[in-house]
Amino acid sequence: MIWAILKRDVVLLLGGGRRGGALLPILFFLAVAMLYPFAVGPDAQLLARTGGGVVWVAALLAAILPLDRLVEPDLEAGFFDQWALRGLAEEWICAIRILAHWLCFAVPLMLATPIAAVLLGLSGEQLLTLELGLLAGTPGLAALGVAVAAVTAGLRGGAALAGLLILPLAVPLLIFGAGSLSTGGEGGLALTGAASLVLVALSPFAAGAALRAARE
Amino acid sequence: MNASHAYLRATDIACRRGERLLFARLSLAVEAGEVLHLAGANGIGKSSLMRILAGLMRPFSGEVEREGAMALLDERPALDTHLPLGRALDFWREVDATPAERLDTVLAAVGLQDLLDVPVRYLSTGQRKRAALARTIAQGSPIWLLDEPLNGLDTASVAVVEKLVAQHCADGGVCVLASHQPVAVPGLKRLELAEFVV
Repeated sequence: MIWAILKRDVVLLLGGGRRGGALLPILFFLAVAMLYPFAVGPDAQLLARTGGGVVWVAALLAAILPLDRLVEPDLEAGFFDQWALRGLAEEWICAIRILAHWLCFAVPLMLATPIAAVLLGLSGEQLLTLELGLLAGTPGLAALGVAVAAVTAGLRGGAALAGLLILPLAVPLLIFGAGSLSTGGEGGLALTGAASLVLVALSPFAAGAALRAARE
Repeated sequence: MNASHAYLRATDIACRRGERLLFARLSLAVEAGEVLHLAGANGIGKSSLMRILAGLMRPFSGEVEREGAMALLDERPALDTHLPLGRALDFWREVDATPAERLDTVLAAVGLQDLLDVPVRYLSTGQRKRAALARTIAQGSPIWLLDEPLNGLDTASVAVVEKLVAQHCADGGVCVLASHQPVAVPGLKRLELAEFVV
């Protein structure tokens, strides 16, 4: 049963659905990485020093794009009520959706990061730290995305509000994640992972509570 | 489908939406083999009562007791509209671990077996209603909660739904059916929601 729901979530989020697929956030992410050198000029040193941070900001902005199709369409179509009727806790459904969202958003993002690194002239070492940081941080970002999408589902202008809500909440991930680049140390990565785990642990409950409250 | 122990009882239910008390002091009991028709005009609170019975909404006061799993049909089909009907129903078949033969039988009963390749969004209102009905019935739950199952159906389909409900109750199932239209099922109990409006 869990498997069937995860399978449907992944297929729906990857694409084929009515609101674009997983490709759009990735293209957006690469577009930001491509625009940055145009804006600051072709100074290789400057790019190499700041490029990692730009990748993090781009990843955060790209995470806003899929928010409106994470929860709202299924809530509208009555899927959540049908799951509740079968005794499936909203928390479970949201945990599954976090995993699906991570698979469909973070994995392609990490695959696209080497391309962004080339565009920004990052070194191999920086790329490795960047990828490790994203690996540690994106689960938290995915969890945050589902929680925020659940809170704003059904609201008028919910999509815009979701974007505004997720950015400040993602600041710890950004600080530790991008910070690990300048120090090159493991401390930043560990803190990113810790912040990420807290978000992963709390988000299913926040999202579940939001969905139940929306029923009343 | 042995469901002879199923029942659905509600005692002293009151329902508030916003500042308005829709109805109060409503009690009902539907035992195995019985079908209850919730009747009343639009907006009187039929759907709210259905959601309370389904456990999706908390009543303002009172409580609901039930024995047996529930299946709910409301105005939202909960089928992926971009998928062909067959695959959209397959999702719920997997979730509910429904035997494929049961789904096939239900689809034949509601006359959708030839539309399985058609994406759900191309189905007409009536066809979509029947698809949602197939999903609800194939679930195999002893308690059926059908909220306006006859909306958008033609006369022939209405007769099919009435027959399916009668069959379900003959097998010892429980059914609550909310509709503003008349329903013809043998042994039908009727509850006028208007009597409980405050």
